[in-house]
Amino acid sequence: METDGDTAMSRIVERSKALLAEKGPLSHGFYTSGQLFLEEYYALAMIGKAGIGTPHMDGNTRLCTATAATAMKESFGADGQPGSYLDIDNCDAVFLYGHNMAETQTVLWSRILDRIAGPDRPFIVCVDPRETEVARVADVHLPVRPGTNQALMNGLIREVFVHGWVDDVWVQAHTVGVDALRSVVDPWTPEKVAETCGVDADDVRRAARIFGESERVLSTVLQGFYQSAQATAASCQVNNMHLLRGMIGRTGAGILQMNGQPTAQNNRECGADGDLPAFRNWDNPEHVQQLATLWDVDVDVIPHWAPPTHAMQIFRYVEQGSIEFLWVSATNPAVSMPQLERIRGILDRESVFLVVQDLFLTETAQYADVLLPAAGWGEKTGTFTNVNRTVHLSDKAVEPPGEARPDLDIFLDYAARMGFARNDGSPLLDWEGPEDAYRAWQECTRGRPCDYTGISYDKLRGGSGVPWPCNEENPDGVARLYADGVFPTDPDYCESFGHDLLTGATVGEQAFRALETHGKAVIKSAQYAPSHEEPDDEYPLRYTTGRTAYHFHTRTKTARSPQLNRAAPTPWVEISRSDAEALGLSEGDIARVTSARGEIVVPVRVGDVSVGTVFAPFHYGYFDASAEVANGHTSAANELTVTEWDPVSKQPLFKNAAVRVEKVADAVGPSDAPTTTASRPADPGAVPPTVGGRDAEASGVIDRDAWTADRAEATS
Amino acid sequence: MMLPVYLGLLRTSEQVLASSYRQVADGHGAEPDVYHLCQTLAKQCDDHERALAPVIERYGERPDDEPERLHAVGISTTRTGPVGLIRDLQDLYLLASLVDVTWMMVKQAALGLRDDQLIAVVGECEAQIKVQLGWLTTRMKQAAPQALIIA
Repeated sequence: METDGDTAMSRIVERSKALLAEKGPLSHGFYTSGQLFLEEYYALAMIGKAGIGTPHMDGNTRLCTATAATAMKESFGADGQPGSYLDIDNCDAVFLYGHNMAETQTVLWSRILDRIAGPDRPFIVCVDPRETEVARVADVHLPVRPGTNQALMNGLIREVFVHGWVDDVWVQAHTVGVDALRSVVDPWTPEKVAETCGVDADDVRRAARIFGESERVLSTVLQGFYQSAQATAASCQVNNMHLLRGMIGRTGAGILQMNGQPTAQNNRECGADGDLPAFRNWDNPEHVQQLATLWDVDVDVIPHWAPPTHAMQIFRYVEQGSIEFLWVSATNPAVSMPQLERIRGILDRESVFLVVQDLFLTETAQYADVLLPAAGWGEKTGTFTNVNRTVHLSDKAVEPPGEARPDLDIFLDYAARMGFARNDGSPLLDWEGPEDAYRAWQECTRGRPCDYTGISYDKLRGGSGVPWPCNEENPDGVARLYADGVFPTDPDYCESFGHDLLTGATVGEQAFRALETHGKAVIKSAQYAPSHEEPDDEYPLRYTTGRTAYHFHTRTKTARSPQLNRAAPTPWVEISRSDAEALGLSEGDIARVTSARGEIVVPVRVGDVSVGTVFAPFHYGYFDASAEVANGHTSAANELTVTEWDPVSKQPLFKNAAVRVEKVADAVGPSDAPTTTASRPADPGAVPPTVGGRDAEASGVIDRDAWTADRAEATS
Repeated sequence: MMLPVYLGLLRTSEQVLASSYRQVADGHGAEPDVYHLCQTLAKQCDDHERALAPVIERYGERPDDEPERLHAVGISTTRTGPVGLIRDLQDLYLLASLVDVTWMMVKQAALGLRDDQLIAVVGECEAQIKVQLGWLTTRMKQAAPQALIIA
């Protein structure tokens, strides 16, 4: 039932207060996004940690970028990207690990295409089971079997050792743990890698040689590693490759543990994902005290007795009925989480009071007890920080429609009505708007790795794009971290004491101190362990999911852009030519894809995916589907995915499942999969090409003088 | 020489721990991390038993002639619900502690005997048992507040 904003918020506050009085803070959970502004995450983090005091906070960044953060914490002692986009312009080689950059970061990919078309073309090495655009331009393509990344990485690192490409002096001076790594990788000959991963042994040798003989390598990592078995272990191995060669913090020699969403970085910094703000260590009482002092709250209010509750566990607590208040902002778990039948059941539970805050009426919003309309990014002001730590300011351009409000306003309203207060009795969140929030955040970051104290709104208006840390010592920020080979691993400073990579057991302060890191990076290693769901007689094919260039997340926004939606309007499943022949499938035939969790029924694209593997795009839910599809839940890729996660980063394993594929009906035409991306047909003649047409063309002229005058006025 | 008694104790306690992990995995399948890690750790226990085989071949294995004061027969059925989970993990912790401390005794003997083969076996297995205890602790600490306060 439609109502006004005041009534809606009153209802939320009433329920929240009643539950806090009756059951306490552990009854509350918050699940947010990688798409809000920094100021909004920080407000949410303070509400959760200092207002309510619940450890049950996470974002959909858990599904997308948790492993990036975790791998950097494990290797370097804290989150924070070592490299820079600038390294693309100067590297001798780019290694893309499970990173279909051509479709996930199209602008960044243009920068690589510039290098490829330029005079000193870098080597490109691609690890991906699909024949992506990246694979097409690669010098070496390693079409690894899903679930075997760690075996491949062990093999590549073994080559680095065997051929003497290790910078022993640097490793000795700046790392701990190399001996354990050497012994772990020792059995992984290229032949053994070939057998396990389904790649060519000589390609493993060639890829390793490119790494070993290049002076400046840039490595990028994304969901092919993060959402796969042994996510953290394999991503740490990428860090290890660079550590072994001392290839970090130099021009062109960098690591980009990527993000999938625009502000995932801010979520992690601010602690809306459950971590403590500004990369503080929940296991370090001094860090918790710093926050208590900053916020003027009792230290015991701030949850720090165990690691924060990750998203999958939050949903489990809802399922078990112990979380009775769940607030979902700017994300759509009813389509994006694994094993959707289960997720729908959880969202639909009578026992949970569900608040959903979003731009549109998403699939998740259908289950909400209260739905709050929120403003989009152009309808509010705030900052965001991209993968390489560069901070930008985004000013409001237009008013939000109707009663939609900026997410920050909504959180501040909730905090005020709840009466969250400091020890001195004043309001906990007394901010008037985003700049107040930002100033509070700057203070929170003082002296921490993500130091924002030198980056004011004014500075950003003077030329947006300043990479943290930016402070008195570094007034213009720092393009690359760790140029001096000193890492934030000091036990009193680090964000994490680390974990065992096989089990996720916390290392703990005492054992971490015993490592005697003294600012050295930690070389972590782990044996390869086969993924838990391997193909068998019942489900003989490997199933993996991912993006297409034309859509983002669950199409909440991109489906509403006609040009984008026309390019990829409906879901599909990709299958290799030989698997299609064996199953009697042709382009456009309708197939049923079944896993132990559920089934989808979608048209087939006979494409370039590896033999034995099928791929489905994860964007398609039900909000604009036909009644038949929406009621039957037959199109979302996550109907099939498994409820399992990496033991360290807790990132779900969207890329490891076993399925069977059967023909349901003959084609009425080719599938709607784009022909311009990794989903291109194996037989190009069989499918009309994806073209933008006139609607997708635009032209414009930037009037430099007018623009400069506007900027001057805006900053005066 | 009483080492064969301790080797027997160790082998039996690893077996008990392995079957208990499997029991807990099956009983708490709705917690996917518990399910998979218990399976993985059960396999580690199987590996430890295999690693002990050549040592037992050399020293033999003898039953204890002392009366058993504290019975550790393993977990034969699991509990349910959030508190049931931490109770079961706690039982696993006790069994793993018994394995851990038994390895420690065997290690002492191995050092005294300057038995390099046994020292190597202990080195690998003892490190894994300590990680197992670490995981059980981490998981219990995570689950305990919710289970004890609000579930």
